[in-house]
This record gives sequence, structure tokens and C-alpha cells, in this order.
Amino acid sequence: MNTVTAMTQANSLPQDESVNPEQKQFTAPEVDKKHPGTSFVSQFDTQTSTKKENETSNVKISTSDVHVYYGEAEAIKGIDINIYENEVIAFIGPSGCGKSTFLRTLNRMNDTIDTCRVTGKVMLDNQDIYDPNLDVVLLRAQVGMVFQKPNPFPKSIFDNVAYGPKLHGLARDKYDLEEIVENSLHKAGLWNEVKDRLNQPGTGLSGGQQQRLCIARTIAVSPEVILMDEPCSALDPIATAKIEELISELSTQYTIAIVTHSMQQAARVSDRTAYFHLGDLIEVNSTEKVFTQPDHQLTEAYITGRFG
Amino acid sequence: MSTSNSSSMGQTFDPQAAAELREKRKQKIASSLAKRHRKEKTFRILGFSAVVTGLFFVVLLFGSILAKGLPAFWQSSISVPVYFDPALIQVGAKPVQKEGESPAQFQERTIAWQTEMGMVDWDALIVNSMIAKDSSLASKRDELSGLYTSSEAYRLRDMVMADPSLIGQKEQIKILADANVDVWLAGNIDRSLPDDQQQISPEVRQLADQLKANGMIENTFNTNIFTNPDSRSSPATSGLAGAFMGSLFMMMIVIFISIPIGVASAIYLEEFAPKNFMTDIVEVNINNLAAVPSIVFGLLGAAIFIGWMHLPLSAPLVGGLVLSLMTLPTVIITTRASLKAVPPSIRQAALGLGASRVQTVFHHVLPLAIPGILTGSIIGVAQALGETAPLLLIGMSAFVASVPTTPLDQSTALPVQIFLWQGNELRNFFEGRTAAAIIVLLALMVGLNSLAIWLRKKFEVRW
Repeated sequence: MNTVTAMTQANSLPQDESVNPEQKQFTAPEVDKKHPGTSFVSQFDTQTSTKKENETSNVKISTSDVHVYYGEAEAIKGIDINIYENEVIAFIGPSGCGKSTFLRTLNRMNDTIDTCRVTGKVMLDNQDIYDPNLDVVLLRAQVGMVFQKPNPFPKSIFDNVAYGPKLHGLARDKYDLEEIVENSLHKAGLWNEVKDRLNQPGTGLSGGQQQRLCIARTIAVSPEVILMDEPCSALDPIATAKIEELISELSTQYTIAIVTHSMQQAARVSDRTAYFHLGDLIEVNSTEKVFTQPDHQLTEAYITGRFG
Repeated sequence: MSTSNSSSMGQTFDPQAAAELREKRKQKIASSLAKRHRKEKTFRILGFSAVVTGLFFVVLLFGSILAKGLPAFWQSSISVPVYFDPALIQVGAKPVQKEGESPAQFQERTIAWQTEMGMVDWDALIVNSMIAKDSSLASKRDELSGLYTSSEAYRLRDMVMADPSLIGQKEQIKILADANVDVWLAGNIDRSLPDDQQQISPEVRQLADQLKANGMIENTFNTNIFTNPDSRSSPATSGLAGAFMGSLFMMMIVIFISIPIGVASAIYLEEFAPKNFMTDIVEVNINNLAAVPSIVFGLLGAAIFIGWMHLPLSAPLVGGLVLSLMTLPTVIITTRASLKAVPPSIRQAALGLGASRVQTVFHHVLPLAIPGILTGSIIGVAQALGETAPLLLIGMSAFVASVPTTPLDQSTALPVQIFLWQGNELRNFFEGRTAAAIIVLLALMVGLNSLAIWLRKKFEVRW
């Protein structure tokens, strides 16, 4: 039960308005559309409905028997999972369980590692992404990624967001490009903070702002799926709350897969949760079920804090 | 946790014993402190004295070079109005190609005219003009003609040949004193030596002292050192222009060959090449090449570029190629290091957005690595600029008395010129020249290194 109280505390933290005036932003009504309740359990009451939608919606990514090897070591041992359109799925598990590796197989970021080898099938809209004929550039334009450490380019804020659309020729002209940049920054909730200093370097922003800039940069190319690899691990709780709020908003338009070390975060933002253990997928279920009555003993042990 | 555990383990907790133990521990640490501080102090003194010694030698080196070299930029000269006496210059008009005249005939007439010009007693012009300035010198024609350096007569001839309208005119001309006269006046020779050990006759010495005293011989800034090539017949007018141009051509060749090839191969090796046995071998060999003595590159150049490809001997082209080979490993290694220093998160960010590997490298990685690449390249080029050994083996140590106009002309290089002057027989004159040449070379080096620092600052991206 420890975890539950911890989660309730963490969840109620933003409501403490006296702490910081900045916090007002994430107590705004749209945040709580999805989670109107303050207690842990009431969150899931509302989430059940969203989950039901997901069950009927289309499969966006489907993997079957995915193995990943780093040299001789097998990091992922045969994973079958379906990720549905417009859902937020969280990958949790102890360190080294392969959740990040698995996430990176979904847009072939593992290709950059020489010793890495992937077998099995990863289907994106019925297209095998490991098909040798598939262009990885096209894939990554469809499946965007946000990294653990905010990594804006050492260029201006505008150029950071405009880089993707320019790269893929998505903007018809300069005005179109400006519109894309503004929209992306709006969606990432950063527009009001940076609209007066678009020409300043993106690296001059605070950590949380940088991460939202990276999210804006990712959604500027209008991907269908966004992969997030522990996007909040380098951020303070306030910035984390902002990113989480953003994830909830983005989930109406994008399919999001998020790797997180924080079970509270998984509980707050995701519709479904997948628990990984030593390269195996132990359990994937609705977030409510995983955190209240997990099917597997290992999952229960992990979420109750017995290891990890 | 642990403290509360141990106290509840059944043993009675004695506050006094604990305090004693604590005190003992403190003393033990304190006793070792003196030794640690002593070590730290010794090391600091050692480091500081090393720096001071180094600085002392740098100051000594620069001091001695500047003390010897700077005076060499000023040389004794006699500034006189030279009258181009038509009575002495009895030559016809400069030949012009006539209608219907064959080139061979015209050539023949030109050569005849040039020979006539050469027959003129140009020395008499100079001596006459000195006597015209000071009539008391009229009886010392022989001594006067020994005062100035021999090439000045040819200079007057060339002036008239270029512009025959000078004949009958008067023009103020700075006549450079003979090297030995300069040595005598500058005190670079022991004045008490007996006559048979002096380089010039007692009459000329006495005349030189006299003219120096009455101000006819002045110590003026010597531009010859920058505008003339090397000279043996007239050491006083020898200069660095030939060597400088040779070095310049070589640097251009090094810049245009070794930097593009080096940077391109570094990018390929670092960003695109698969890490396997082959690339490991390539990498080891590049590192080994960087450690190969430069004279070996000279042998290689002599064998391949001259022996096999039959490129001209002593040409800056061959020198540039040899130095490019020598510089390549440096450029590759520094470029790879600066590419490695670009954080991988930038590459991931670009790849994650769907940039191809080439786009990632050229849009993001390379711009961030540019300062390091520039610094490495310029330091490599500066190293090549100061290299002598390989040039000796491809014939660039020859005496060349002309300024090269193309990279295929014969030439020397600055460091080789220093080497040649250092070994010149006219020791007491060329010692200053050598130091002056070293100053020019050092100034170029310092200039190149400052350029490297400036470029690094300019292109540096702040995170």
C-alpha cells in the first residue's frame, strides 16, 4: 500500500497552490479532464472509459517475437505486444530490463549501434519496419522520439523546431514553416514562454523547457507515434508535471509509448502499462489493473517496491 | 541505522571510551596530514619551478634571437643622387620590332643592345655621384668602389633598361653598403685584428669610418630582406623573398591537399565506417604514420614524386606533396578527436527526427566540430611550415637565386633558408640574417596559431 499513498501524495502535490505560482498552470481545468479526482483510485474510474475506446480502436504497432541482441547478449527475449492508436502505453520495469531497448526498436534507433541485432517482426500499420526495402528516414518521420536527456540542437529555438519540417520538405514556404513552428510550440505548451525569443539558442532554456522544445521539435514533423524514453528523468517535479500534462493532451492526436522509471508517472499518464523483466514482457494490461491487481507475481513485487 | 544497531547489540555503550576512540582516530588522521601537505607543497614547488625554468629558456631563446636578428633588419647604406650620365651610358635606343622583321632578327638586335648595356661602366656612375656629393673623395675612387655591394651596379643597369628615359636624369638612390663594410661598421668583427685577418683593406675601413662619421653612410631599414631572393655574389642584398614564396606555395598545396583529404577520411572513419578489423588496422596505421620521422617522408617523396613520377627537383610542388603526406595523420587524428567530442545526443536527436546519416553529420556534427578541426589543421600546417628534414631530400636545400613564380619553379623554403644561411662562410654577416629569418618564420608561426585561436573562438558554439 506504500506505493499508493506515495502516488496520492505525488498526485496531490500540484494542487498545493501556495508552493509556487508557476504551478497554477498545471492545475488548469484541461489537465484534470482525464483525471478529475485527486485520489489514486478515482483516476482509474475515468480511465476505464478511455481504455475501452482503445480496445475497439486499430492496432498501430504490433510486434511479434522480437529479439534484440547486443553482440552475444540477448537483451530482449521475444516480445509480442500490440500498441493501439491514440493510446498512451507505459513501459515499466527495473533497470536493465530492456524497456528502453525495446522502445528503440520501434523506430530502429538501435541501427546506430553497430553490435545490435534485431530479429522478429515489428509492424507499423501492417508494414514491417525491418523490411530491408523500408527507408528508415520515412519510418522516423512517422515514429518520432523524445530522449531521456533534453537534447536541443545548439541553434535558435525556431531552427530547432523548423529543422524537421525543413528536412522533410513539409513546409510550402517561409510562412507555412513559421506556422508549423508556432503550432508545434503551442502544442508543446511552450509558445507563451518563448514567443519573444525565438531567435535565442534553444540550449539557453531551462531543463523542462528544453524537453518541451524537444517534444515540439518531434511533433513538428507530425509523426503518428511518439516514443518517449524516460522524458522526465532529468527534470524537477514541476517540469515533470508540465510534461505529463502535455502527454495527456498529445494522446488525443498521437499514439504515445513512454518508458518510465516512475510508477507514479506511469499511473498518471498511461492508459495501459507493460511490465518488463530481464528482457521479457511479463504483463501488459490496463494501467488500473496493473497497479491494483497485477496478474503476475513479479509485477506485484515490482510495484509494491520489493525490488527495482 | 547502524549506530542504533550496535548500541543495542548488548554491549554497554561507554561514552568515554567512544570519545577516546574518536580522539585517537582524529590524531591518527592529523598525524598523516603533515605528510600529505608536505607532498602537496613539494609537488607544487616542482611544478612551479618547471614552469619557471621553461619560461626562462623561452625568454632566453627569444631574447637572443631578437637581439641578433632585429639589428639585421637595418643595414649600412649610402643615399646619393645618381646622375645617369649620357657621356658614360652611350647606348642606342631600345630596339623595337620593325615591320617585316623576323622574331629571330629582333631577338638578335635586343641581345646586342643588352650586351651594350652590360658594357657600360655602371660602377663609375655610383662612384661619380658619391664624389659629386663630397668632392674631397675624388682621390679615392678605388676605395669608394669597394664600399658598396656589387649588385648595385646591376640594379642601375636594370633600372635604365626598364626605363631608358632615365638617361640624363638625376635620381636619389639608396646604395647598399658591402656586407663586409656593414660588418665592420656594426662592430661584428674585432677591430683590433691585424690587417691580414680583416676582411677589407685598411684604406676602405678608414674611408668607411670617415663616411659614417660625416653621415654619408647611414644605418637604414633594409627592405631587401623581404623583396630579394638569396644571393652569394652580393650577400648584402640577399633576402627571403624566394624562400618565402617557396614556403607559401608549399603551404597552399598542403592546405588544399591534406585538409580536404584528412577531414573527409576522418569523417568517414568516425561516422560511417563499420568498426571492424579493417578499420582497426587503418586506425593503427594512421597513428603510426603520425609518429614516423619526417625525414622518412622526404625519402618517400624522393622515391615516388621525383624518382617515379619525374616531377621537377627542388620544386615547391614536390615539397608541398611531401609535407601534405606528413600533415595528413595530424589532420585526421585531430578531426576525429573533435568529431568524437560532439555529444552523441545531438546525433540521436537528428536521427530521431528522420535525418539521414549524411544530413546528421553535415547539419549538426560537423558545425560543432569545426573549431577543433580548424585548430588541428592550422597547427598541422604550421608544423609543416617549420619542417626542414624532408625538404633536404627532395633538393630544396639548393642555392636558388630567383623568386619562384609557379609551384614548379626551383625554390627553397624558409626553414631551409635558415639552414643555408646558418652555414654560410660569411659568418659574421649571416648570423644576423639567420636570426632575422628565424624572426620572420616565428612571426608566421605565431600568426598562424593566433588565427587558429581566433577561428576557434569565432566558431565555438556555447551550450
